[in-house]
Amino acid sequence: MIRFLLRRFGQAFVVLWAAFTATFLLLQALPGDAILIKFQSPELGLSPEQIAELRTLYGADSPLWQQYGATLSGFLQGNFGYSLHRGVPVADSLGQALPVTAGLTVLSVIAAVALALLLAAVSALTPLRWLRSALLSVPSLFISIPVFWLGIALIQIFSFRLKLIPVIGAGPWESLILPVATLAVPISAPLAQVLIRSLDAVQTQPFVAVARAKGASRRWVLWRHVLRNAVPPVLALGGVLFGELLAGAVVTETVFGLNGLGRLTEQAVNFQDAAVLQAVVVLAAAGFVTVNLLVDLITPLLDPRLALHRSSLSAGGPA
Amino acid sequence: MSTVPTQDLSARGWLPGQTPNNSFSALDFAVPSDFSAYGAAAAVDPAVPLASVLHRQGRALWSAARRVPSGLALAWGVIGLVAAWAAAPGLFTGYSAVSGEAAEARLPPSAAHWLGTDELGRDLLARIIYGASESLTGAFVAVAVGLVLGTLTGLIAGSSRRWVDDLLMRAVDVLLSVPALLVSLSIIILLGFGTTNAAIAVGVASVANFARLARAEVVRVRYTDYVEAAFGSGGRFAAVLWRHVLPNSLTAVLAVSALQFGTAILAISTLGFLGYGAPPPTPEWGLLIAEGRNYIATAWWLTTFPGLVVVAVVIAANRISASLRGEGTR
Amino acid sequence: MSTPEISPDTPSVPLLAVESLSVGYTDARGDARTPVTPVVHGVSFTIRAGEVVALVGESGSGKSTIAQSVIGLLPETGRITAGSIRLNGTDIAGWPQARLDPLRGAVISLVPQDLGHALNPVRTIGAQIAEVFRLHGWRDRRAVREQVLSLLDRVGLPDPALRYRQYPHELSGGMRQRVLIAMAVALRPALIIADEPTSALDVTVQKRVLDLLDDLRREAGTAVLFVTHDLGIAADRADRVVVLQGGQVQEQGDVRQVLTAPAHAYTARLLADAPAFHGPRPSRPARLYADADVVVDGLVQEFSQRSGWAPFSRTQPFRAVDGVSFRVARGTTHALVGESGSGKTTTIRTLLGFTRPTAGTVQVNGLDLATLRHDQVPALRRSIQLVYQNPYGSLDPRQTIAEIVGEPLRNFDPVPKPERLRQVAALIERVGLPQAVLSRPPRALSGGQRQRVAIARALILKPQVVVLDEAVSALDVTVQAQILSLLDELQRDLGLTYVFVSHDLAVVRQIADTVSVLQGGRVVEDGPVEQVFHAPASAYTRDLLAAIPGRARQAA
Repeated sequence: MIRFLLRRFGQAFVVLWAAFTATFLLLQALPGDAILIKFQSPELGLSPEQIAELRTLYGADSPLWQQYGATLSGFLQGNFGYSLHRGVPVADSLGQALPVTAGLTVLSVIAAVALALLLAAVSALTPLRWLRSALLSVPSLFISIPVFWLGIALIQIFSFRLKLIPVIGAGPWESLILPVATLAVPISAPLAQVLIRSLDAVQTQPFVAVARAKGASRRWVLWRHVLRNAVPPVLALGGVLFGELLAGAVVTETVFGLNGLGRLTEQAVNFQDAAVLQAVVVLAAAGFVTVNLLVDLITPLLDPRLALHRSSLSAGGPA
Repeated sequence: MSTVPTQDLSARGWLPGQTPNNSFSALDFAVPSDFSAYGAAAAVDPAVPLASVLHRQGRALWSAARRVPSGLALAWGVIGLVAAWAAAPGLFTGYSAVSGEAAEARLPPSAAHWLGTDELGRDLLARIIYGASESLTGAFVAVAVGLVLGTLTGLIAGSSRRWVDDLLMRAVDVLLSVPALLVSLSIIILLGFGTTNAAIAVGVASVANFARLARAEVVRVRYTDYVEAAFGSGGRFAAVLWRHVLPNSLTAVLAVSALQFGTAILAISTLGFLGYGAPPPTPEWGLLIAEGRNYIATAWWLTTFPGLVVVAVVIAANRISASLRGEGTR
Repeated sequence: MSTPEISPDTPSVPLLAVESLSVGYTDARGDARTPVTPVVHGVSFTIRAGEVVALVGESGSGKSTIAQSVIGLLPETGRITAGSIRLNGTDIAGWPQARLDPLRGAVISLVPQDLGHALNPVRTIGAQIAEVFRLHGWRDRRAVREQVLSLLDRVGLPDPALRYRQYPHELSGGMRQRVLIAMAVALRPALIIADEPTSALDVTVQKRVLDLLDDLRREAGTAVLFVTHDLGIAADRADRVVVLQGGQVQEQGDVRQVLTAPAHAYTARLLADAPAFHGPRPSRPARLYADADVVVDGLVQEFSQRSGWAPFSRTQPFRAVDGVSFRVARGTTHALVGESGSGKTTTIRTLLGFTRPTAGTVQVNGLDLATLRHDQVPALRRSIQLVYQNPYGSLDPRQTIAEIVGEPLRNFDPVPKPERLRQVAALIERVGLPQAVLSRPPRALSGGQRQRVAIARALILKPQVVVLDEAVSALDVTVQAQILSLLDELQRDLGLTYVFVSHDLAVVRQIADTVSVLQGGRVVEDGPVEQVFHAPASAYTRDLLAAIPGRARQAA
């Protein structure tokens, strides 16, 4: 078990390091020089010497491996460099943006899980075939809606048509309702889909028939046998959903004018602010790796088969 | 039967044995597990005259076409219509996509302008129709980039020695650890804005998924009895790869391409909305919505209709993908 | 209380009476409006208290559907369209699930076929057995636990307290089957439905499990409805048999009467085809002294075990085959017999050149496999070919039969296409298939037809040696008999040498000249079939022979 944990943590750090290196190299390959682009404009009236000084200041003249080393050690200490566009440390910008995005995403995940559970529960228990097939098509509809358009449509309906939520001057909670709804929809879709399929798949397992043959009712079997077997595939979605969540946050924050990580990212791209983008990418990778790590640690608690011989698991078929 | 590790005898080490387990478990979700869809069986009996075979096939095709579920037919219809818009937009509208009448600015839907006009008096339907080629070409480029790079990576990983496989799949894991949109944005910051660049960026972001799927399929097929039988009857590496492994693993990959087509349209419209795609006045769908957003209080049609078109195309592509995978015959 | 009174003393009312039962399935979506495809047509039979009745039939005979109807657990798409199921005189066919729940587990119970998923993988053995008691009103946790522990002991599982805490994946197949039996007998039901309870087990394990079930039901006077495809098992274990074909009862009656003097042609054919009731093939001693095509001497096969991708995490090599020797004379059949893990599959993989021997010599048609050079591989392929166990997985689903059978030719000397097609067509006829199959894909063929195609593919290169890896194990007995006689015929006409791998001793006796019995990677006994079967020298061989279903009747 200890060895498994060590290996799993090792893997996580390798992935993180590789993601850092890849973005570093990618952004180093930027055409032109971000510093030149920013400071060369005649309006600033900087002399070539001053620009050269600035370049030294930002470390742009040192050899690539030195810059790499400096950036890496900076990242390890929580120093993500300077934003060229904003002229402040990237860490400060991130620090301001993070709480906004965290609030938005946490609420959205809660809403999405609730929505997915509702869809799955109703479709698993309803005796009405038409309702079930209608519910089954909801996730594929949700997955096909552009997030930004959904946000706009919600504003149009709830703010302008029904005038339920004011566009300007809404309270801090009130103003979060629409963004959370916007972000919850695309997250709930894969959750609901996998949960429904997983429940269906477990329902056809022979041990369900065996439990029924012992005299257990449908509901007893659902709660005591099916649910625990159906959850791991849904948990495995964690990493994928984390990515969806961040991507959705970028768009949602843009639509609703929230100053979170998404907005920061959007501006970084607009102004070719490589340092900010690299910090965001590495942060995202770190989040992804953490989520997957958590999923891998939680799954064995739910499924004892995964607890011991992890590495041999996917090798052999049924013996 | 549990598989037994195998010592290499064939030159390439291409024999059934231990399936390498080198994936982070949570990532496995992205790979559909099994596909059992085969193409329409074109049965050709050498003893039967060609004409009668063709006749029979024609009849079979016709009866198959009649059995196509209505939802699927509708999906093909939507894709066909949009493809026609992209190919010959002039046939579907008399209005221009880029110039309008200032006097007719922001008119609601009417008999003259079915979907209304925008702030410059341009016909919205015309802009959507002309925008089809932007979105479809972009999606095609994106799928092509992902399909070619990803399948190649997966094929090499799945059919090579273990260390090559490990190396490639670790790289894929790294690519997967960054959300697709951020991968796309990183590519865009590198290449600059524009339709093609956005399409390439979306394509690169999908390489990892294609690579995983292709590898999983290749590995699945290569451990089947019929592949071993092909080697056992004297088949050479390249011949077996070409005759058995490729055809049997590509079905799943092609089905996912259809799915990816829908995803690409969504992603490209998102990039267009954020302003990283085609510059104005190009009538790209995402850009249309972004522009219409400024008149959200007064001109609902400017955002609603382009959005509905995107939703319809994406649903259609997903439906077609599902039918290629042999799911849902409704 | 809706539970019918169980009174085994009244002989007038049978415990279970199935009358004119018809069952059908709607299509996959379970839409009530779609027409029903009937699979069981007007089946009637009865079971008296304490009696064992076997439902015997091949796949598709409807035997499992009938069993599922009796316990009220048809799949969602299944419908009882006519007839009644009377339990002690009360018709339960139309009962809602909620009314059946108190009955199941207490009055009727089920021993399913363990495919590895019959127990919930995430709950302990103890919790799953205890569930039977809890579902039927036991509240006292300690009493339940005691009951479960004594049950575990009763079904012959050592260290019950440990088993109680264990999860299903920590138990072997035979142990899991014992757990399933424990759950079925826990509340001393009146009727146990045993649905192919041992098909997935090795023969010796199968015998022990069936003996256990026999003991327990005798103790409690429980009736058993035994669903099986194996006439041998029916002969050994049942009082009466019901022979099913295509969803209809062909014959039923006392087991001795039906099996010794079958009244119906189908039963007669089943009996004729069942290897268990066959004598050995006529001995062909003259051939045994012909030149050997296959010589295996002191074969050792080891595998390095790798775990994970850490370079230093290697463990002891695993020895799958440990000093196996045998020789096969030209034109004869040598059988490799053993249970799972005996090393028989590894041995033939070495013969075919898929793995290189760790030690020992292996010669096929004069080619030494230990020192085989790369340029000799084609010659090996032309000398020895393999027919796989699973006819569904060994044919490429995207090729036509003509392409499949013709492919080996394409791999060697370029034969012009018309000539190739001619050879393929001739061979297809030789293995008893119509020419029409040539243009079809494998999925359009039945299991038996596919296995004929696989045989044709193996023969097209005119090899001297054909390895048959459990080649008939996946087939129904009548199809099995047809394939075996085809193999016999081909051997006579073409002078082929067979290496026949099987776990089924009855089949081996029918087809082989010589046999090696393998256990744990070693040969425990070998010699002519006659000698090994009639005067087994090792205890293990005697166990294996005693476990063959149908032996009881043979002796009688």
